[in-house]
Amino acid sequence: MRNTIMKPGVSRELKNYTSFGQSVRNSLTMAYRGLLKLRRTPEQLFDVTFQPIIFTLMFTYIFGGAISGDVQSYLPVIIPGILVQTVITTSIVTGVQLREDMDKGVFDRFKSLPIARIAPLAGALLADTVRYTIATVLTFAMGYIMGYRPEGGLDAVAIAAVLVIVCSWSISWIFAFFGVIARTASSVQGISMIVLFPLTFLSNAFVPVDTMPGWLQWFVNMNPISHLVTAVRDLADSGTVGWDLAISLAGAAAIVAIFAPITVRAYMRRT
Amino acid sequence: MGVEHKEKIRITDGDWAVEASGLVKAFGANRAVDGVNLNVRAGTIYGVLGPNGAGKTTTIRMLATLLRPDTGTARIFGHDAVKESQIVRQLIGVTGQYASVDESLSATENLIIFSRLLGLGRAESRRKAGELLEEFGLTEAARRPLKDFSGGMRRRLDLAASLIAQPPLIFLDEPTTGLDPRTRSQMWDTIRRLVKTGSTVLLTTQYLEEADQLADRIAVIDRGQVVAEGTVDELKSSVGTSSLHLSVQNPQDIETARQTVERMLKVQSIVSYEAGKITAPMANADLVTDLLIALREAGIRLAEMSVQKPTLDEVFLTITGHGVKDEGSLASYEYGKAEVAKV
Repeated sequence: MRNTIMKPGVSRELKNYTSFGQSVRNSLTMAYRGLLKLRRTPEQLFDVTFQPIIFTLMFTYIFGGAISGDVQSYLPVIIPGILVQTVITTSIVTGVQLREDMDKGVFDRFKSLPIARIAPLAGALLADTVRYTIATVLTFAMGYIMGYRPEGGLDAVAIAAVLVIVCSWSISWIFAFFGVIARTASSVQGISMIVLFPLTFLSNAFVPVDTMPGWLQWFVNMNPISHLVTAVRDLADSGTVGWDLAISLAGAAAIVAIFAPITVRAYMRRT
Repeated sequence: MGVEHKEKIRITDGDWAVEASGLVKAFGANRAVDGVNLNVRAGTIYGVLGPNGAGKTTTIRMLATLLRPDTGTARIFGHDAVKESQIVRQLIGVTGQYASVDESLSATENLIIFSRLLGLGRAESRRKAGELLEEFGLTEAARRPLKDFSGGMRRRLDLAASLIAQPPLIFLDEPTTGLDPRTRSQMWDTIRRLVKTGSTVLLTTQYLEEADQLADRIAVIDRGQVVAEGTVDELKSSVGTSSLHLSVQNPQDIETARQTVERMLKVQSIVSYEAGKITAPMANADLVTDLLIALREAGIRLAEMSVQKPTLDEVFLTITGHGVKDEGSLASYEYGKAEVAKV
């Protein structure tokens, strides 16, 4: 037993606030924790590995002929659509895992440490961008195997991928909020699916909007998911950046601005 | 970064590490903590003793900024636990009832992450983790995931994690619950060493022996309230003096023996006829010599004689009017004796 370790700090600097720099550092450390956990339990990546492969195959061959005449001409429609749908669905898991994680004793320690309150949440969400990246790459890869050749080129596709990952990260704050307020992990899953299912299907992700009844078109055109899908299509098909991209990013920023504070507050209240 | 936000603290003996007054926390209709007052002097071990559900953990959680009290105030080294929570967090280490470490990571990874969160650099975190693991005898298990750790190893890692920042005040919530006797006494040694180097320890326990062994002062808590407070000796003497237990060889002698005891010791005694036992308070040990001579002269042969000091079980029973509930196995071995003393 060396005494140096047990010696308590006799005089130390104390402050009752957390600086922005410290918040970022704490969040990055928590993200590192999330990555270590992913490495220890790679089975957590099961869904992001298989969902893109199965969904892309299934939807393309089921709807391809009916909607676009043949599978080849459906690919530019479906790949951006399925990409957005898959990656955003993946972000539900963030909320579910946060709920499971928060029930463990280690969150008590995080709360008792002099760290930024947002760090345990922001870190977990940040680490999950790895999941979105895997899902994004696999969806594009599946599309490529099936013959999808985006006209916009690799750069534009990469930008589209980053756009989808950023937006999914923002949306994951909504599910993080559910994760913090819900009692059980399965209820998080349930609530999130109910919210997300209409949003992803009542969009232009799978079918052209003009085939829908007028009242539905109104909603579909309003739906932020439609704007994100259109932004990805514009980038992938022609390498162009339009209003849809601006709207998507503004929507993402708005979601974070609303849900990050209320999630942190709910997390602080929950004991 | 204004000057008013920063200050230096110097902790000396005689300062209050914890000052809590009128703490109340209700969960729905259940008042888990119902007006708790606690004062803990820096550099001491303070024991909060009580049965399951008495409000020990809720009290600690309020002191450790994990729970906001409904009413009442808590100050840690003079800093308010609600208003200056971030300062308080820099002064405390918390080891929970259930190990607050990350199950899916290794011991080293756990300590490195906590060190990084506390602002240590990459290399320093690694060094600190290594030091603490060595100190707590976990070096060999450092790389294994915690799933394979025994309860004792987990507790030690948990305590190690609480000591990274060398906090002057450490909360230990039932540090030895569920540990085997050998690991328990190791834990006790560690806690004693902590205090020798100047830390203050506030621990909760439902083990009477543990409070007796470790704590300088004890608060007995029951149904959310402090029902007694003082040093171990004070609490014991509040129950009364030691008692003398006699059993006679020949049951027919017992009535004579009782009269002799009451005459010589000048006290009331309690007789258990089936067991042939007499129990009497022993205020003056010197009188026992006379008693034994008198018994010999009366021709009464003794089968057994013992002197029983009051135990903390008796303290608890006397103060609360009921035994330690829910934990019958812990208290039952003392229960018979305690009943006698209570009468």
